[in-house]
Amino acid sequence: MIKIKNINKSFNGKAVLKQISGEFDQGKTNLIIGSSGTGKSVLLKCIVGLLQPDAGNVFYDLRNFTEADKEVKSEIRREIGMLFQGSALFDSKNVEQNVMFPLEILTKMPPDEKLDRVNFCLKRVGLENVNKKMASEISGGMKKRVGIARAIVNNPNYLFCDEPNSGLDPQTSILIDELILEITHEFNITTIVVTHDMNSVLGIGEKIMFLNKGEKLWEGSNEDITHSGVKELDDFVFINKVMKSLKGK
Amino acid sequence: MKEFGRYVLFLESLVVRRETFITYYRLVMEECVQIGVKSISLFVLVSTFMGAVTTVQTAFNLVTPLVPRFVISQVVREMTVLELAPTIMAIIFAGKIGSSMAGGLGTMRITEQIDALEVMGINSSSYLVLPKIIASILMYPMLVIFAGTCSLLGGYLVGTLTGIMTPTEYIMGLRSIFNQYTITFALIKSVVFAFLISSISCYKGYYTHGGALEVGIASTEAVTSSVIAVLLADYFLANLLL
Repeated sequence: MIKIKNINKSFNGKAVLKQISGEFDQGKTNLIIGSSGTGKSVLLKCIVGLLQPDAGNVFYDLRNFTEADKEVKSEIRREIGMLFQGSALFDSKNVEQNVMFPLEILTKMPPDEKLDRVNFCLKRVGLENVNKKMASEISGGMKKRVGIARAIVNNPNYLFCDEPNSGLDPQTSILIDELILEITHEFNITTIVVTHDMNSVLGIGEKIMFLNKGEKLWEGSNEDITHSGVKELDDFVFINKVMKSLKGK
Repeated sequence: MKEFGRYVLFLESLVVRRETFITYYRLVMEECVQIGVKSISLFVLVSTFMGAVTTVQTAFNLVTPLVPRFVISQVVREMTVLELAPTIMAIIFAGKIGSSMAGGLGTMRITEQIDALEVMGINSSSYLVLPKIIASILMYPMLVIFAGTCSLLGGYLVGTLTGIMTPTEYIMGLRSIFNQYTITFALIKSVVFAFLISSISCYKGYYTHGGALEVGIASTEAVTSSVIAVLLADYFLANLLL
């Protein structure tokens, strides 16, 4: 479980996050949603430590990450897997080397075991026989899958996904969402997904935090998001005719 | 001053939370190939022509029969060892390797590859930058020795083939009144220049923000800042060590 407490963050005097608190449950896909520019990615970066919050704390299973020294932070980070918006695969490495990278650096596993683990993870995300392809030679959807394989290769306790569907067609988006959901349940990890994709929200949002203008306005599940009673959330959810017609029903 | 302080902190970050020796060994070897082996052809080309042109121009300026012709190769030797090989090659090195380092790291920054390393608990600056600096310090002095040799050979070829001087005169000029310390001085300079170029270029690339445009700007800044640092260091080292 990940807990955040009173997170504040501002850039050049402009507050981007205001007193954000909440809990992200283990074994569930926790979503942070909101329109563009509401601070979702900033919050995610504060949680994983890529940005230091101005105030507030982040707890990983009761371990205070924000105030921990570099060594402890490094240890916690080794339990983290992250899928980046642009996949962030290493250009100089092929698919196999990309997925194997965390094992190479963080473990002393024998080479055979490493390769088995890599092949297992690639198979798990539905990719086979692409081991030797360079990152630049595969499609956007495949890159996301490789990104997920790399994120789970070291058996993480926490999985973070920043806009996992960005730049993907609806069909591939759904496949990626389902993959994230399955992996979360299969490995019982704490998953946090930042998204503004309504298909993801309704499809995999087991626990949802809605941000608006840097503030947390609502928290709940995909089952009760359509009757939250929060105007800003309704504006976000019922943006198109299809959703509006659903609301009418 | 703020920028300099940030640069010093960046250098400090390279030596904390390091990875295993074997990891660095592999990375340094890879960088040595990129920095050293893949730069040889350019260095050979530039230094050979540099030596050739220096020979022709020195001969052009020494028109009086009172000065023996072997002085031409003596001048070529002194210029090559003291300045052309370590300093001019440093400018070439900054243009080729420095811009490549800044561009590579800048691209890694804007495509979140550096963030990916940090999230994995890896000290990204140490992992990415330290091997580049070590490889530069190892390879650049070798490139300077190589460039110096090629420059003297270029001078020899042009000097003898165009009839400016005989091979004996050229060799005699190279060997007369030779101060070995100039080689030591050139190697000290090359180590300092390699450190300055690699660290400044990596610093510029590592802290790139924005997009493709900023990566280009970072590469340009890396080259200009490195060249300025090299020229300043050249002056101070000459004052200090000669």
